[in-house]
Amino acid sequence: MPTSPIDADLIRQSATVLAAAIAAGEVSSREVVQAHLDRIGEVDEAVHAFLHVTAHEALETADTVDAKRAAGDPLGPLAGVPLALKDVLAMRGVPTTCGSRILEGWRPPYDATVVERLRDADVVILGKTNMDEFAMGSSTEHSAFGPTRNPWDLERIPGGSGGGSAAAVAAFEAPLAVGTDTGGSIRQPAAVTGTVGVKPTYGGVSRYGLVALASSLDQAGPCARTVLDAAHLHAVIAGHDPRDSTSIDAAVPDVIAAAQRGDVRGMRVGLVRQLDGEGYAPGVRQRFAEAVEILTHLGAEIVEVDCPHFEYALGAYYLILPSEASSNLARFDGMRYGLRAGDGSDASVESVMSATREAGFGAEVKRRIMLGTYALSSGYYDAYYGQAQKVRTLIRRDFDAAFDKADVLISPTAPTTAFRLGEKLDDPLAMYLNDIATIPVNLAGNAAMSLPIGLSPDDGLPVGLQIMAPAMADDRLYRAGAAVEGALYDRWGHLLIEEAPAL
Amino acid sequence: MSASTASTKPTSPVPFDEALTRYEPVLGLEVHVELGTESKMFCACPTAFGAEPNTQVCPVCLALPGTLPVINSIAVESIIRMGLALNCTIVEWCRMARKNYFYPDMPKNYQISQYDEPICVDGYLDVVVPLPDGEGTTTVRVGIERVHLEEDTGKLTHAGGATGRIHGADYSLVDYNRAGIPLVEIVTKPITDTGALAPAVAKAYVAELRDIMRGLGVSDVKMEEGSLRCDANVSLNRPGDEWGTRTETKNVNSLRSVERAVRSEIERQAGVLDAGGRITQETRHFHEDTGVTTPGRSKEQAEDYRYFPEPDLVPIAPDAAWVEQLRATIPEQPSIRRARLAQDWGIGAFEMESLVNAGVLQLVETSVEEGVEPDAARKWWAGELLRVANERGVEPQDLPVAPGDIKRVEELIAAGTINDKLARSVFDGIISGEGDADAVVAARGLTVVSDDSALLAAIEQALVDQPDVAEKIRGGKVAAAGAIVGAVMKATRGQADAGKVRTLLLDHLGVAEG
Ligand SMILES: [Zn+2]
Repeated sequence: MPTSPIDADLIRQSATVLAAAIAAGEVSSREVVQAHLDRIGEVDEAVHAFLHVTAHEALETADTVDAKRAAGDPLGPLAGVPLALKDVLAMRGVPTTCGSRILEGWRPPYDATVVERLRDADVVILGKTNMDEFAMGSSTEHSAFGPTRNPWDLERIPGGSGGGSAAAVAAFEAPLAVGTDTGGSIRQPAAVTGTVGVKPTYGGVSRYGLVALASSLDQAGPCARTVLDAAHLHAVIAGHDPRDSTSIDAAVPDVIAAAQRGDVRGMRVGLVRQLDGEGYAPGVRQRFAEAVEILTHLGAEIVEVDCPHFEYALGAYYLILPSEASSNLARFDGMRYGLRAGDGSDASVESVMSATREAGFGAEVKRRIMLGTYALSSGYYDAYYGQAQKVRTLIRRDFDAAFDKADVLISPTAPTTAFRLGEKLDDPLAMYLNDIATIPVNLAGNAAMSLPIGLSPDDGLPVGLQIMAPAMADDRLYRAGAAVEGALYDRWGHLLIEEAPAL
Repeated sequence: MSASTASTKPTSPVPFDEALTRYEPVLGLEVHVELGTESKMFCACPTAFGAEPNTQVCPVCLALPGTLPVINSIAVESIIRMGLALNCTIVEWCRMARKNYFYPDMPKNYQISQYDEPICVDGYLDVVVPLPDGEGTTTVRVGIERVHLEEDTGKLTHAGGATGRIHGADYSLVDYNRAGIPLVEIVTKPITDTGALAPAVAKAYVAELRDIMRGLGVSDVKMEEGSLRCDANVSLNRPGDEWGTRTETKNVNSLRSVERAVRSEIERQAGVLDAGGRITQETRHFHEDTGVTTPGRSKEQAEDYRYFPEPDLVPIAPDAAWVEQLRATIPEQPSIRRARLAQDWGIGAFEMESLVNAGVLQLVETSVEEGVEPDAARKWWAGELLRVANERGVEPQDLPVAPGDIKRVEELIAAGTINDKLARSVFDGIISGEGDADAVVAARGLTVVSDDSALLAAIEQALVDQPDVAEKIRGGKVAAAGAIVGAVMKATRGQADAGKVRTLLLDHLGVAEG
């Protein structure tokens, strides 16, 4: 892809270009950051991607980077580049709400490992992005602070739970964002906003400081407008962390080199039979079929693979996630931080805990806490949680078998394009079905990416391609993703996001 | 309705001995031991006892949103050593589990514990139980069901209100210093066929556990600081019947209380059963002051803990070679060691117990190993040296007295160079840093006066000084000789052999030993 000259609109530049320009002194970090803060000021009232903008701290960091550069001090790999952080990651002294009233007013006294690594890389954090409450949802409508809107159509959802991070990137409010993905919360928003999102291998990015939804599924990852930008961010935030016992103690795959190579010749690409067909919108299927053609054209070998247990993934997921969440969210009780309701001279501990949780949690959170509490109950554990864990093992085996035949697997990221705000709010099951293609990867713990492959002829909205790779083979996502992205860029002469209407 | 009314009607306890004529007790003991690791179970916070409230806390043990536990490998090593000392199988693979319940002393509202996959299983412990009326001892094998790892909770202080309990308090204060301190829970298999010995077995078991933990160096096992706590399960059944319904008496916090709680619960249950009532499955609280238990939570109110494997931690899979390495570090079981040493030294259980209680068993053993006669080693360590240690406020093992010193002192006594009294002075010199035994003897001039003529001169002088005493002795009142011997000892500054002075005195006066 050609790089635009830096005198063009700063907010439309890729992170890779901005980092190089800042390092070369062609533009200051302050100018870049200010341009993005201005953009946020212009469009965020309409988009509502941010819950909290840390303008002052961001400009201070930018100045520090500029000073370091001027002094000839070594700079981090994404020095001076602005980024939006999902509000589920703890950042010292900055409100961290997880989209919930129950954490209103809480300012963590510590940094998440991801935040620490961003700081070490001299990345400038612009603020915290909106999300479904405690990452429960696929539309960001479950945020206690109002929904985020899709920059492609403000009447539509930006996906969820990380709708804020995806929308910030799609609306040119930030070139990069960090999201978290428990069942598709990075990939499905990427798909419906025409951006790139990656869920790294479970254990690839530290969960320390990521407020847990479902500990065995959660994974933070990059959101960007290009595959190479995502790779740069991935390289910054990934790697072993002794503070997270589930973090993998191994070298991070060279995702940047893979994205730069962007070549699929000889790569075996598996089509998962269970992730296509019924339930997928015709326009989504059409663009997906074209992506398959592109891969063939680029020299990939297409094979069909069978993952028979994917059928049970959604059911297993909605037992495991609520079970873990019911326990993870138990600490929000008004005793130590955040909201405290029902206090008074006659109040008991139980009544305050109960009133706090009643007032502080939204309906979807309560629904899942109840589901999980039930699934773990004595007498039901084996039938629900126990069975779900068995399904999880079978899904992992399906992946293992599939990866014997293919280097990567592909599917549409989401069965539909962005739906209208409110359309599925009263139908939790319809909402849950959005994640049908993304959930198996979370259950198995391997890596996946979503990247834009065009607009659906049905409604003119973005469609995402999901690429899945084995655990710790995240680099394959970037190789294949960059190849498809490059071919489409050559075809269109620009990134898909450039087709988004002006805000 | 009638049955349940009968069970709740207050009944009088049946005297212990009588209860045992009609019922057989079954015991189950759950002991919690706080490990003595430097840092907490899942974070780097210190574990020192008695710090200002909430000064030994961090985001992890306060369970701030987003934080994660990382297991303390020293705690894992400690529990494996405990399991080995209790003859358990160490499993090849196990997981921690979450025990979910809401309580403000627990910052996560779940406790990280172990559920159906404990790290140590299926062991036993032989305990020596004293028989009543000093009829000797018997050895009882207590089966160990499991030993597992978990974290402690914080501490609540309830202010205002009458009961000191959370209900009725005006407000409560939470101290999270203790939250996350590693705890080990040791659960016995049902202990049967102990009859009237049941309370003594319970006490001996807990005492033996305490000694084992101390010997392993994994805990300071101070019951008064709560680093060893016991829950006692008790049920009664008529001979030949199935086991009865059990109660669980919580937090019995001294060895004496363990015995009393079991005893009192047997008496109480016998009373209920005699009156035709039923035992309610419940937890009970033991009251140190009255020696009785009162009801706590009943099973109907018991919580569903919704256990599931802790997803924030990876499974524990101890390497077999490492376990074998640890096995080599397990000391001999305290009771077995004591029995062996008592036999070697030719002493009884009572003498052994006094050495243990004085905390000098190891010192005596080391001295004996270095060639000191067992009687002499016991005499000095449990006598003069213990006295000096107490006087100086130090532990006996911290006195700068080596087994070689005791050996040398004994040689000097045997050679007649010094006597027991002078030996005390020799030890005083050694402890005061005046050098070894010979150096102290030389420097302080501590040799027994054995020159008969010098002693006779001193005796004659004493007789002159105390003519009335001399008269009494001559008149056959041998008991009065002590006053003259005392005067001679004083005149020779203790450096004479009192027995020899006495013999010389009586010979000199021509009086026969009475
Ligand atoms: Zn701590």
